[in-house]
Amino acid sequence: MKTAVGSPRPLLAMALAVLMTGVAACGTSGPRQAGTASAAGGDAGGPSAWIISGVTAKAFQNSFGSWNAAHPGQKFAIQEFANDPYKQKIRTAVGAKQAPTLIYGWGGGVLTSYVAAGAVEDISDLAEDPAVKKRFLPSIAAVGKVDGKTYALPNNGVKPVVIYYNKDLFAKIGAQPPKTWNELMALVPKFNAAGIAPFTVSGQAKWPLLPWLAYLIDRIGGPRVMNDITAGKPNAWSDPAVTEATTKIQELVKAGGFVKGFSSISTDSGADVALLYTGKAAMTLGLPATYQTIKTANPKFISDGKLGYVPFPAVEGGKGDPANVVGNPSNFWSISSAATPEQKQAAREYIKNDLLNDKYAADLLAVGNVPPVEGAEDAIAKSDDPAYYSMIYEVAKKAPNFQLSLDQALAPEAGDKLLTTLQQVFLEEITPEQFATTMNATISG
Amino acid sequence: MSATRARTRSGLLTLPALAMFVVFAVVPLGGAVILSLTRWDGLGEISWEGFGNWTEVLGDPVTGNALVLTVKIMVFSWVVQTPISLLLGVFTAGTQRYRAVLAVLYFLPLLLSSAAVAIAFKAVLDPNFGLGGVPGLGFLSLDWLGDPDLVLYVVIFVIAWQFVPFHTLLYQAAVRQIPASLYEAADIDGAGRVKQFRYITLPQLRNTIITSSTLMVTGSLTYFDVVFVLTGGGPGNATRLLPLDMYLTGFSANDMGKASVLAVILVVTGLALAFSLTKYTGFVRMRSQQEGL
Repeated sequence: MKTAVGSPRPLLAMALAVLMTGVAACGTSGPRQAGTASAAGGDAGGPSAWIISGVTAKAFQNSFGSWNAAHPGQKFAIQEFANDPYKQKIRTAVGAKQAPTLIYGWGGGVLTSYVAAGAVEDISDLAEDPAVKKRFLPSIAAVGKVDGKTYALPNNGVKPVVIYYNKDLFAKIGAQPPKTWNELMALVPKFNAAGIAPFTVSGQAKWPLLPWLAYLIDRIGGPRVMNDITAGKPNAWSDPAVTEATTKIQELVKAGGFVKGFSSISTDSGADVALLYTGKAAMTLGLPATYQTIKTANPKFISDGKLGYVPFPAVEGGKGDPANVVGNPSNFWSISSAATPEQKQAAREYIKNDLLNDKYAADLLAVGNVPPVEGAEDAIAKSDDPAYYSMIYEVAKKAPNFQLSLDQALAPEAGDKLLTTLQQVFLEEITPEQFATTMNATISG
Repeated sequence: MSATRARTRSGLLTLPALAMFVVFAVVPLGGAVILSLTRWDGLGEISWEGFGNWTEVLGDPVTGNALVLTVKIMVFSWVVQTPISLLLGVFTAGTQRYRAVLAVLYFLPLLLSSAAVAIAFKAVLDPNFGLGGVPGLGFLSLDWLGDPDLVLYVVIFVIAWQFVPFHTLLYQAAVRQIPASLYEAADIDGAGRVKQFRYITLPQLRNTIITSSTLMVTGSLTYFDVVFVLTGGGPGNATRLLPLDMYLTGFSANDMGKASVLAVILVVTGLALAFSLTKYTGFVRMRSQQEGL
């Protein structure tokens, strides 16, 4: 799709694609029995799943591999996709009722839109099954619920956002990592005086800016503010907590809190995180991917104990619990409503017996993803970096509220608007009031 | 009699092309027009919306901004690319020493895919690890892709870098078509290089200039891949061109109705531009530049 749009006639290609999915959506699900069911990834009507390529793909492959070996009659056909192409392809596939049996997702606004379109199965009964229920951390499993019913169950590591810092640089200026927002602001001039950028962030990719807003809103106003927004209450973005959060962001930008030229820094090849371990920036606010990037690019930085990590600081006078976290609770499997009864049955049995079992959880941990399962403490204690993994596990497990990344939590249209508008806040192109007005316009019921 | 038959038969010969055009251009276009009157998130039911999308899109400052940016890109791209490719084309058409080697270097960007070009430039322009990070080149460590006032010109530069070779190729071929006798006559008359260029080369290239300009101007309506990979339309809306706006509205915000409105606007603008360019430049008459030779 991307390449087609890149050709000299993007509109025709797009109109055609739209038209074709429209036509396909109107048709019956006829071509799915035969070998032509390749669009759905399955062969001979068997169940199918699409997974995301990357370090975690191996854990998924292993799990499906052992299932397939044990269930020759219900073999899953697996296809791997890169993250961004997947997000676009899956939407077209779901719209055309050609989705794989197991639909990989993030929860939030997209899951809600699937539920509204009747595209995914209600699996509440499966989630209530004692064997399944006691497996997952409740705070994480809750993200798969829409209106009290479960439509998705976790399949990947927990991904809370925390502050990662360079211990050497803190020692150099004789400072401690910040516990409160005022401490954080006080660090900014100290680091700048030493010629060190306080924070590195990829402003170009836009989404790395989101946790700043989400954390500040939560720390200042508590989870209610974000809940009002996702519930679509009129003028929810005008909440004083939002205005204070965007004001604080602009204060931090004005004070030189972010590395010079941060809005040119991309996440490609980890250029943002590289500033941290090369000693040019002291801190970054990031997902566990930050840790994995450093582990790949400069493992010695971690093994020498130079990488520190702390939760996002509290805001003085704020209503939010400092134990609340922001990030991606996990990824999730949903079952496609368009699948055949046999495919659905296989998917249910897979979820019940094999999803995040001990071997699966161990595989995830081996590639640096902390599994969202109960009782992972022992496995973590035996891992290569128990201190880090248990911090991530505890943060996720004990969080009274785990706020999903805002671009995923909101409906797609509002999420897209937020990315651009928040970037303009960081660039000081718009005021906090303009931010609220622009975002309120996305809430129209 | 035979003339009529020949015309009928030649009319029949256009059928396959016409059928392709209808199936792959006219029908999807009609689909986009219909979709522009509906509300659809790509998943659920398509519901009739009437002209609601149109008033919303036309009233949205982001659309106006996208139109202005697209016009800017169009004008600047033409102003930057035309002289460079014209001069390079004339140069590479000659017989100087090392010409072939230099020509290969000039044409190199033509071989690279747009995405590769964009990714490479993104790395080169990184303020910390790009060119600016090379000792001695610190002055290049600007906020190239993050400064809303600067980024448009960076995009124009990258687009020029990518497309100048193609237009150079057009000009090179055209210059080689110019009869040598014209230059020989000019030599005898005592015209210097500049005068030869002004009074022989340029007029002879008239049709090529029009072709190249039409391609540049209509092409600038579809600049998508480079900008998408390089900036994603950012920072803010600083490079959210019309095609990018359409794509992001359709596939990121999942609002197919509004995206179709933008698509229709793009088609109409593109057609209007192409028609007026060919009409007012006299291109349709296809007048030869070598009459009387």
